[in-house]
Amino acid sequence: MAVPVIDVQDLRTHLVTRWGTVKAVDGVSFSVAEGETLGLVGESGSGKSMTCLSLIRLTPRPASRMVSGSIRLDGDELTRKSEAEMQKIRGRKIAMILQDPMSSLNPVYSVGMQVREPVSLYHGLRGRSLSARAAALLAAVRIPAPETRLRAFPFQMSGGMRQRVVGAMAIAAPPRLLIADEPTTSLDLTIQAQYLGLLEELQHQHRLAMIFITHNLGIVSKICDRVAVMYAGRIVEMGPVRQIFKTPTHPYTRALLESIPRLGARRDRLTAIEGQPPDLARLPGGCAFAPRCPQAMDRCRAEAPPAFSVAPGQTSACWLHAPA
Amino acid sequence: MPAEPVTTGALPVPDVQAQPAREARGGRLPYFSLGIVALFVLVAILAPLLSPADPADQSLRNRFRPPVWMEGGTAKHLLGTDRLGRDMLSRIIWGSRVSLAAGVITVLIATAFGASVGLVAGYYGGRVDAVLMRVTDATMSFPVILLALILAVTVGPSFTNVVVAIAVILWARFARVIRGQVLTLMGLDFIAQARIAGAGAWRIITRHLFPNTLNTLVVLLTLQIGYVIIVEASLSFLGAGIPPPTPAWGSMIAEGREFVTSAWWVSGLPGLAILLVVLAFNLLGDWLRDTLDPKLRQL
Amino acid sequence: MIRFVLSRLLQSLVALAILSVVVFALARATGDPLQLILPMSATPEDYAEARRYLGLDRPYVEQYLSFVGRAVTGDFGMSIRARRPVVELLQERLPNSIRLAAFAMAITLSIAFPLGVIAAVRKGTGIDRLAQVIAVLGQSLPTFWVSIVLVEVVAGRLQWLPAGSNEAGLASYVLPGFTLGWFVVAGMMRLLRSGMLEVLDSEYVKLARVKGVLEPRVVWMHALKNALIPVVTFAGIYFSILVTTAIVVETVFAWPGLGRLAYEGISSRDYPVIQAVVLTTAVIVALVNLSVDCLYAVIDPRIRHAG
Repeated sequence: MAVPVIDVQDLRTHLVTRWGTVKAVDGVSFSVAEGETLGLVGESGSGKSMTCLSLIRLTPRPASRMVSGSIRLDGDELTRKSEAEMQKIRGRKIAMILQDPMSSLNPVYSVGMQVREPVSLYHGLRGRSLSARAAALLAAVRIPAPETRLRAFPFQMSGGMRQRVVGAMAIAAPPRLLIADEPTTSLDLTIQAQYLGLLEELQHQHRLAMIFITHNLGIVSKICDRVAVMYAGRIVEMGPVRQIFKTPTHPYTRALLESIPRLGARRDRLTAIEGQPPDLARLPGGCAFAPRCPQAMDRCRAEAPPAFSVAPGQTSACWLHAPA
Repeated sequence: MPAEPVTTGALPVPDVQAQPAREARGGRLPYFSLGIVALFVLVAILAPLLSPADPADQSLRNRFRPPVWMEGGTAKHLLGTDRLGRDMLSRIIWGSRVSLAAGVITVLIATAFGASVGLVAGYYGGRVDAVLMRVTDATMSFPVILLALILAVTVGPSFTNVVVAIAVILWARFARVIRGQVLTLMGLDFIAQARIAGAGAWRIITRHLFPNTLNTLVVLLTLQIGYVIIVEASLSFLGAGIPPPTPAWGSMIAEGREFVTSAWWVSGLPGLAILLVVLAFNLLGDWLRDTLDPKLRQL
Repeated sequence: MIRFVLSRLLQSLVALAILSVVVFALARATGDPLQLILPMSATPEDYAEARRYLGLDRPYVEQYLSFVGRAVTGDFGMSIRARRPVVELLQERLPNSIRLAAFAMAITLSIAFPLGVIAAVRKGTGIDRLAQVIAVLGQSLPTFWVSIVLVEVVAGRLQWLPAGSNEAGLASYVLPGFTLGWFVVAGMMRLLRSGMLEVLDSEYVKLARVKGVLEPRVVWMHALKNALIPVVTFAGIYFSILVTTAIVVETVFAWPGLGRLAYEGISSRDYPVIQAVVLTTAVIVALVNLSVDCLYAVIDPRIRHAG
């Protein structure tokens, strides 16, 4: 098999806060191939965003530290690079779309300036060719009248359109890996579908590897090839989307899928997951989900389970699935 | 100005941004500032008891005695004497009364008036707001000292004049800030709910808006006391403040002006007093702001 | 944008008109100037004669109208004390004040700006602590105290710099300019620092970094322009604080400027001088506020499109 675009092994990122040391990313491993979309699913605080910020080394400073792990982009080890080298990777090789379009764009500069910036930075274009390329990018994300739009300001645009602009900036290089951090969460439902379609098209065009962060399983089923379910900084289950949805093996994944209200299903009450999300500064030893797991065993509380293979391409970090 | 988005409080489970451990937000009490402020207030109130001598007592034989730790100093005048032989310690103690009174009274008046204007302007909005803000801006840009000088010459220098002159201009600052706060609050749901429940303007302003601006008021109030003390001292320095024979730190500094290098304590000690007191109020105000509402960092 | 400027201009004019009435009343309220000019032995007839000569016996409304009428053409009457046209005094003194203020602002900006930005970028380090100390001290030290200490020590004892007036060229600007700008440095630096801290935390700055924009550009282009907005908002107020402080500084340093003219005028109850000074100050402050508003619109596109 070809070298994956991004290969992460045992990534650990810790945050020092006034409540203690938070293990935001606690031993995460995954890989994404060209043209493939990996969904990163989990509740708030599960470490999805932190993991991706760690890839480009933009975790909040000075509190955060990447404690250990390896990140390989097309085989190239990123953890050993200097800050100057990482700045060349950001945007050019790995691009990211942030969640809230209303605050992602700088309010005091025109859209044109903000789109021209990466193009000039990555390709060294100037003057008319720079503007032409910027307009072309806006056209690629299906913004009408792109030349006029270059002179507009963010406050003159709707959320959906701003998110497209952010998308245009993201494919300016084009990058090898595109990380989308809940890009449609703040958009209207009708716009959401359009945007997802746009992302798929761009991915296809530029053969991007894509990581899609979301807490919405519906989106996962539509756009992702594989999915990794995260909990308390760890990946608890990972595998092809269809497989996971059909036969979830980890208790947390199962609980997640069950808690989705379904139209037409015969049910009197909504099922919720028992308990509270964990305090990441005070994780219990052993499996992080154990306090809330209906199938927790003594072994779970004592020792954190590694990832076990439960089916071809599917892994689950649960003692239930340890080989007998 | 575009309204600031209101952020909801987040659970201490950091997902994106974490506070670095070193940033102590409030928490530790500011002992130094509190101590100085408390000392200042106590000294001012208990001046008659604490003062070792009558501040107006002149003794031409005893002129320019240095403080006790210097050569030629005596225990009778711990901080030395000025050019008329008056005891420095007593004058400084009595001077604190003037500063404290001026600071507190002026700020209270300005707060009361300014907050009212701000609340009304923010609540009614529209034309009322526009007119009030124009008046506020115009007021805010009038130089305080000019007004005080004019009053001093018109009606004669006095404590009342100082308070009036400063308060008349200071309220505008409060009005601006409170109005900004009210505008943000008005956008929140609980105001709309109060309206739906039938609450009238007075009720909304006093019951809902005002209590939510208290934090801001307290911070601003504390920070302005220091400013007022400095202005009052400047006025006394120019001769437009508290008239003699009442000891005021500003006029004491003016008297010692020519002797800064020889009898430095005549100007130096009152100046130090001002510095310490104002510093304490400013630090206290900063701490209050960090504790009560860091969003007020712009103050 | 044009509409914006015009509407602000109109508002300023209205404010100035109101101010002229206030000024007129206040000046009259300072008391009878004749008592200071005429000798003790003057008789009531002498007073009446002097009053007629100076035009002080006419009804107030008439006095006001003639005042406004002439003020608009630049004629502020004769200084009662100096027996010279006020406008001459203004022409002499005003440039001095402006130069001193400009010098002070230059000092302020060149210290406050870099310090405020760097303190925010290097939050928690030595530079940040230094900046905070300067800020707190700046707002706690009384200007006049610093002035007299500087005059005595630096100018008197050490003879490094001249003590006052503007005779000695650029060197004489240093002490008064520094003293004048000091107070404002503290406030402006704080504002800039807190503004930068907030902006550096924002999503769009994060995105700029994600795009791979180099850090200096992120700070000085993306972040700074946004952080300037609150600073510019307060710039108008700071200017009036500058004017206020100028009166004290000019008096202490014997600087022949507008501030000292105000002081002299008020002490001698020189109506025309007082009126002219206050009015001039008001016009200048209004102009500064207008420029600040326009600057605000230039920086923030949301403002200029709102009109």
